[in-house]
Amino acid sequence: MTDIGMKPHALSIENLSLEFPTYDGAVKALDGVTIQVGNAEIVGLVGESGCGKSVTTMAATRLLPEGRYKITQGTIRLFGRDPTVMSDEDLQQVRGKLVSTIFQEPMNALNPTIRIGKQLVGVIRRHEAISRAAAETVAANILSDMLIPEPSRIMQAYPFELSGGMRQRVLIAMAFSCNPGLIIADEPTTALDVTVQAAILRLIQGRARRTGTSVVFISHNIAVVSQICDRLYIMYAGRIVESGPTRAVLDSPQHPYTRALLRCLPERVQPKAQLESIPGTVPNLLDPPAGCFYRPRCLEADERCHAKPQSTTLTGGQVVACWQRSKSQTHVSNEA
Amino acid sequence: MTMTVPGERSLTALAMLRSRLHFLWYLTRRSPLTVVGFLIILLVIIMVIGAPLIAPYDPNKVMLSSRLLPPSSIHWFGTDEVGRDLFSRVVYGSRASCGAAFMIVFISMSVGVFLGCLSGVVGGMFDSAMMRTMDVVLALPALVLAMALAAALGPSLFNSMLAVAIVRIPAYVRLSRGQTLSLRERIFVKASRTFGASNLYILRWHLLPNALSPLIVQATLDLGGIVLIAAALSFIGLGAQPPTAEWGALVSSGRSFILDQWWYGTFPGLAILVTAMGCNLLGDGIRDMLDPRLGPSE
Amino acid sequence: MDATPLLSVENLAVRFPGARNWFGRVTSEVHAVNNVDLVVLPGESLGIVGESGCGKSTLVQAVIGLVAPTSGRVVVEGHDFAATSGRQKTQIRQKMQIVFQDPQSSLDPRLPVWRLITEPLHIRGGMSAAALRTRARELAVSVGLRSEHLDRLAHEFSGGQRQRIAIARALSTDPELLILDEPTSALDVSVQAQIINLLLKLQRELGLSYLFISHDVSLVRHFCDRVAVMYLGQIVETGPSSAVFDHPAHPYTQTLLASVPSLQNSLQEIDASLTGELPNNRRLPTGCYYRERCLVSSAGCEKLQDLATVASIGHDVKTPNEAGISDHMVRCHVGVTAALRLEHLA
Repeated sequence: MTDIGMKPHALSIENLSLEFPTYDGAVKALDGVTIQVGNAEIVGLVGESGCGKSVTTMAATRLLPEGRYKITQGTIRLFGRDPTVMSDEDLQQVRGKLVSTIFQEPMNALNPTIRIGKQLVGVIRRHEAISRAAAETVAANILSDMLIPEPSRIMQAYPFELSGGMRQRVLIAMAFSCNPGLIIADEPTTALDVTVQAAILRLIQGRARRTGTSVVFISHNIAVVSQICDRLYIMYAGRIVESGPTRAVLDSPQHPYTRALLRCLPERVQPKAQLESIPGTVPNLLDPPAGCFYRPRCLEADERCHAKPQSTTLTGGQVVACWQRSKSQTHVSNEA
Repeated sequence: MTMTVPGERSLTALAMLRSRLHFLWYLTRRSPLTVVGFLIILLVIIMVIGAPLIAPYDPNKVMLSSRLLPPSSIHWFGTDEVGRDLFSRVVYGSRASCGAAFMIVFISMSVGVFLGCLSGVVGGMFDSAMMRTMDVVLALPALVLAMALAAALGPSLFNSMLAVAIVRIPAYVRLSRGQTLSLRERIFVKASRTFGASNLYILRWHLLPNALSPLIVQATLDLGGIVLIAAALSFIGLGAQPPTAEWGALVSSGRSFILDQWWYGTFPGLAILVTAMGCNLLGDGIRDMLDPRLGPSE
Repeated sequence: MDATPLLSVENLAVRFPGARNWFGRVTSEVHAVNNVDLVVLPGESLGIVGESGCGKSTLVQAVIGLVAPTSGRVVVEGHDFAATSGRQKTQIRQKMQIVFQDPQSSLDPRLPVWRLITEPLHIRGGMSAAALRTRARELAVSVGLRSEHLDRLAHEFSGGQRQRIAIARALSTDPELLILDEPTSALDVSVQAQIINLLLKLQRELGLSYLFISHDVSLVRHFCDRVAVMYLGQIVETGPSSAVFDHPAHPYTQTLLASVPSLQNSLQEIDASLTGELPNNRRLPTGCYYRERCLVSSAGCEKLQDLATVASIGHDVKTPNEAGISDHMVRCHVGVTAALRLEHLA
C-alpha cells in the first residue's frame, strides 16, 4: 500500500488505535484503522452511529479535544506530514490550506453575527495574501459555482436569513474557497431534504473533480455515499471491516456486516415483506468481545472468529476482514 | 432458584453501594472543595441537632465571677460580659441562626416552586400577573421589609424570617418557571398531554422531578447568603431577642468589646463565615455533580 | 367509501401567528397546513411524505390535539375530536396513540420503564400499581423487551430499545390507530429494520391502522398501502402506494422520487434544475403552490389547483388496476405532459 509515486497520499492512516479515557475505563474508539485517500479521489466512510467514522477524521485533523484522547498505536500522515506532532501554527496552516471540513449542522459552523460575505472573505484572506476586493470577487465566484442565485445578495445576508440548504452551500463554498487538497465532509447532507441533498452531492462531486480535490465523505447512509464515492470503507465498532471500489462493494459485498447493512434497506424487497435486520446491538467499546467484533451478531460466525480476523485482499481490490472470506479466497489472495 | 434470588439481590445492592462509594471517591479527587463544604454542613447539622450534648455549659447560665475570660481549656471561646460560656452560646446559636436559614429556604422554595411551576403550566394572563407581582416583590429590600414587619408586628426571629422568605420567593418562581417553560416543550410532556394528562398530573410526575436538580443547587447556594442575612437582622436587633443565643446577636453584643476582648465577637463571626462558605462550596459542588457530563453512567 | 373511516381529517387548516405589530395584532401568518383532507380506514397504513417544512408534523400535532386547527375538523370514529369533552374525549384519546420521532426526548428520563409504558393507563386511573406492572410486562414482551428491563431508566437503553418502549406505551390503551411521526429517522438502518418489522408484525396481529409520517420515500413505499404527498401544507398527490410511486403524476412527486438516493441510480441521472427549496410559507404563492419551481408550468397554473382523479384529467397513466385509478388523485392539470417531458429530459 505504500506510495511509489512522487506525491504522497492526501490522507494516509496506518493501523490507528485510539481510546478515550473515561470514569468507567477506556473507550476503545478506534482499533487498527487503515485508510488511504489518494489524490483527487473521493472516498466514503460508512457506518452506523458510534462506529468511529467521525473520530477517524477528527483524529487526522486533530479536532478532537486535546488531552481527552490517547493514540495507542499507528500513524497518521496528511500530505506526508504527521499532524500529531505539528506545532499549533503549522496545524492552523494545514487546516486552512490543505484540509477543510464540512460539518453536518451548518448553523453551528457559521458565526451568526457576521454577514456571510465577510466570513467568506475572512477565510480567503487568512490563507491568501490578496486585497479585500479581490477576495470578494473570489467569494462571489465560488458562491455562484455552488448554484447560489444572486451571490451578491447572499453575501450581504446573515446566516439566520438563509435556509438550511443555502447555509450548507455557503459552508461548502467556504471549504473549497482556499483550494484545499483534501475536504472532509462529515454527514454534510444528513440535516437536509432529499431534493436539496441531490444538489449538494452534485456540487461537492463536481467541484472536487474539477479542482482535483480529494474528499473523505462520511455518512451513515450507504446509498448517499455510493452515489459520489470512488471507493468505500465500511466501519463497524471502530474497525474497518471491508473496503474497496464502490461498485464492487455494493455488487458483491464480502463481509457479513456489509451484506446485512445492504439487506436492511427497504428498497430491494417487496412492500410489507419482512426486512432483514441485524439482531442484537453494537458492542460496548469499553469491553468489546474477543476476536471479531461482529461475531455476536453474525450468522456465519464459528470457532475461528474468536480470534481477530486478518484483512484479506481480493482480486477486485476489495479488502475484507473476515475469517469466512479468508478461507474461501486464500488462493485468490495468493495469486494477487 | 428461589434460594439464590435474595442473595443475588443483596449482591447487586452491595455492588451498587460500592459503585456509589467509588463514584464519591472519584468526585472527591475531582473537587476536594465540595467535600470540605459537605463536611462543614455536616458539622453544622450535627451542632444544630446535638447542641445539648456538645455544649459543655448551659448557654444562658450567668456566672458573674467569670466575666469576660479569654479562651482557655475551661472556656474554649472565652466568656461574655455576664460570664456565659461563649462556646456553648455559639453551639446553641447554630439552632437559631441555621434553623432560621433552613426555614427561610424551605418556605421560599416551596412557595416559589409551586407558584413558578403553576405560572409556567397555566401561562397566559395568570403568568403575566404572577411575574409582575414577583417584580414588585423583588424590588423590596429584605432588611427594610423586615424593619417594616418588625414595626408592625413587633421584633421577633419569626417575623424577620418571614420578611426574608418573602423577598427570596421571586428567585425560585423565576427559576422554576423557566424550568417549566423549557420542560413543557419537551416531547415527553407533549406525549403526556396526548394521553389526556391534566396540568396537575404533568406538574406532579414530569415537571417537578425534572426541575428539582437546579432548584436544589439554587437552594444550597442561597443558604449561605441567608445565614448572612439572618445574622445581619439579629445584628441590628430585628431577629432573635436576648437572651436567645444567635450568631448575629452575639457579634452585635461583642462589638462593644472588640478592642479588649477580641474573642467575644470573633468566634460567632467565624461561625457565620465558615457556615456561609460551606454552603457555597457544597452548592457549587452539587451543581458540578448534577451536570450530566460528569455522571457515573454514560 | 365502503368502510367507515377510523380517522378522517376534513378541510383542516393550521395557521400560526408569524409576526405581530406593537399592539399585539397579528400582521403575518405562517400557513403550516392548508385545507388537508385525508381518511384512514381500519387496518390500513396511510403514509404522508414530504420534506421538512411541508407541514406534515403540524398536521400530526393537529390530529392528536396538540395544536388547535384554525379551521376544519378531525373526526375519530364519527366523533368530532375538538367538540367532545370529558369522558368521551378520554375514550377517543385511547383509540389513537402517537409514537414520536426521537425516543430520547419522548421518554421522561426520571421514570422507570414500567411507569413509562403504562403512563396512559396511569393517567386514565383506576388501576393499582401491581396491575400496571403486570400490564407493563405483557406490553414489554410484545414489543421484544425483557421483563427485567422494567425497572431501568430510559437512558440505559439503546435508541432502538427506547423506540420499543415508546411503541409499548402507545399500545397500552389498545388503540386502533397509531400515529407514527418519523419513528425510525433517529435510528440506524439495521435498527430501523427491526422497528419496521415490529410495526408490521403488530399490524398483522392486532389489526392496527397506521398514519405514518416520513421523509423517507423508500420506507413509505415499503410500509404503506396508501400515500399522500405533501407540499407547502397541501396534499398534492394521493393514492395507492404502488400507483403514486410507480406512476407519479405531479411534477413535485416526480422530482422527489428522482432525488431519492438509491443504490441503483447514480447521481448523474438527476437533473440539477429540478432541485430547489420550499418557498416561504408566510406568503403563499398565488395559483399552484409548486408553480415557481415547476418545469412544466403553463397556462392555467396561475389558478389554484384542485385534487382530481388522475383518470379524469386525462393522465395517460399505466395504472394496472381500475381501483387504483379512481383513488389516485393529483393536484395538477398538466401532469401527463410533465411525465412525458421528464422522460424526454432523462
